[in-house]
Amino acid sequence: MKKFAVVAAMATAFLGSTAYATDLEVTHWWTSGGEAAAVAELAKAFDASGDHWIDGAIAGGGGTARPIMISRITGGDPMGATQFNHGQQALELVEAGLMLDLTDVAEENNWKEVVFPPSLLDACTVDGRIYCAPVNIHSPEWLWLSNKAYEDAGIPVPTNWNEFVETAPQLEAAGKIPLALGNQPWQSNLAFGAISIAVAGLDVWKQVNVEKNMDVAAGPEYAAVFQAVADARALAAKSTVQDWNQATNLVITDEAGGQIMGDWAQGEFQVAGEVAGEDYTCLPGLGLNAYLSTGGDAFYFPKLDDPEQEAAQKRLAALLVSPEVQVDFNLKKGSLPIRGDVDLSAANDCMKKGLELLASGNILPSGDMVWSPDVTKQNEDLMVEFWKSDMSPEDAHAQWVANLKSGL
Amino acid sequence: MAGFQPGRLFRNINAKIAAIPMVFTALVVFVGGTLWTVVYSFTDSKLLPRLNFVGFEQYERLWSTSRWLVSIQNLMLYGVFSLVFTITIGFLLAVLMDQKIRFEDAFRTVMLYPFALSFIVTGLVWQWVLNPQFGIEHIARSLGMDWFSFDPLNNPQTVLFGLLIAGLWQGTGFVMCLMLAGLRGIDEEIWKAARVDGIPRWKVYVFIIIPMMRAVFITTLVIVASGIIRLYDLVVAQTSGGPGNASQVPAMYVYDYMFQAQNLAQGFAASSMMLLSVLIVLIPWAYLEFGGKKRV
Repeated sequence: MKKFAVVAAMATAFLGSTAYATDLEVTHWWTSGGEAAAVAELAKAFDASGDHWIDGAIAGGGGTARPIMISRITGGDPMGATQFNHGQQALELVEAGLMLDLTDVAEENNWKEVVFPPSLLDACTVDGRIYCAPVNIHSPEWLWLSNKAYEDAGIPVPTNWNEFVETAPQLEAAGKIPLALGNQPWQSNLAFGAISIAVAGLDVWKQVNVEKNMDVAAGPEYAAVFQAVADARALAAKSTVQDWNQATNLVITDEAGGQIMGDWAQGEFQVAGEVAGEDYTCLPGLGLNAYLSTGGDAFYFPKLDDPEQEAAQKRLAALLVSPEVQVDFNLKKGSLPIRGDVDLSAANDCMKKGLELLASGNILPSGDMVWSPDVTKQNEDLMVEFWKSDMSPEDAHAQWVANLKSGL
Repeated sequence: MAGFQPGRLFRNINAKIAAIPMVFTALVVFVGGTLWTVVYSFTDSKLLPRLNFVGFEQYERLWSTSRWLVSIQNLMLYGVFSLVFTITIGFLLAVLMDQKIRFEDAFRTVMLYPFALSFIVTGLVWQWVLNPQFGIEHIARSLGMDWFSFDPLNNPQTVLFGLLIAGLWQGTGFVMCLMLAGLRGIDEEIWKAARVDGIPRWKVYVFIIIPMMRAVFITTLVIVASGIIRLYDLVVAQTSGGPGNASQVPAMYVYDYMFQAQNLAQGFAASSMMLLSVLIVLIPWAYLEFGGKKRV
């Protein structure tokens, strides 16, 4: 493959045609309908610029795709570019010197000025050098509500998490599941994260997750969070689905009152033909503390021997952050763009709420940025047990603090 | 002993040369890979392996993790039930099959069919069969039995039995075939002698046939037991370890921590513990099987 690319590059140079036309294989795990359409925008833009995008989609989600990507990079068969969630997922690959340094591209295109919030670029930075190109922002702290389910129960749609919990018994009496929650561990952890920001507030969250103050983690604020989750798990007891989109489907079909899920759930509502504000309601930050954490996706570029390909990698990196590609890509994907200077007037109500929060600066770093995958996985294991069993809040709290300490 | 015998080394030289690649593979891949894994389980390797030794730290963490403890408990419960039931049911089926019945080939084929399916397919099929909205409960209720409720997979207390049903469905046919082969290997003369002595059939099975089939039972035991220890795909397909952590198994812990948590050493420590449990099964077997022959 590599040899072929070299030969092809030499042939084109020899024939004196376009200055560059290089194949780059790009791996990612965007395989659902909306995601695939968004990737197609990236491929189209890259092909139009004269190079060639070879799509390397890996089905099965990040948990399946990342081991494959990592073993290809460490096993000496690197691809041209690969998706990761920005943060600590690729940190060790960068430290081992396997990733291309993009600092010159970033300086040339002024990423430091345009990338907003700046924490996105910080998550790509190791020892002052930039190693990834962020492409979108996803935030998990959203509560999605079915307007019809509340209409059936004869009560108004809640405007925040507290009202949601208070009205849950009435919803249950009307034969609905109050809270839809899939069985996968990461969903339990996501719901815990959203509830903790809503209940404990921003300052406490930052002290624990950014400043890593373990005394606060073990303190009464987080004890209250665990109590709130213990109350919430009773609301989700009848929700027995597995995947997140099946849980979202319970809300779409009005069988469930609401679901705590990231803004990617919006794509499911759109595909089902529902309209934000009419058929469903979205509450960022669960309607209590409207803060969004700024996780998302970024592209990393493994080091290749061939200077032709390295040049193509840098062209792709610059292209991904460019305003036109940002707009086309994020409108299709339903995610927020990584720069504040682009026009997204075509966005729907929920996306606009997200954009406003972003513009007003109510943002947090994501879990992938502040904790290692090891700590995240331990917490997922803990949270799925806590949500789906009768584990006491005190035990879960103590175990959670121990998990965080293992990552210090 | 006549000291060094050059002739012995070169006897069957072709066979020995032919065996070299396999010997080499076994030593490098199996033994070498195993040793490498055990050595790195004493380090603090994360995404990439590195030799920074931390003693038994990974093992201490492993044995204080509730998910691992639940996994071990599940595996032991599943293992005991699965061993007892597959071997008992498999043997009983083989005995029934051995009564010179009609259509034996057809029955044998039907019984063995589930074994031809992968665990992934088995798991998915039984996930649907046991699902209250599509499966048994739905059928019973649509027949008018409204009181009927059967939902083992969504209850942490019963989820293991849901897995067990699927595991037994898949595995007993194979055990039956092994047992049937054993039964067919018993000399007809023994049956004739027993009939002359007027011994009841069940007594012949329990006191004569089963002891004579010792080798078949031990082989079956090892095959079934090693299958239990590496139980993974059935759980992934049927429950993904849920609800909560109620149906987690050790092999899932190894995969999740090596690849999703990017904590190689923790995964190595867990897989070394699995290796230890395989050895606990294998060593007595090897002793019985190969050590026993010398007595004859």
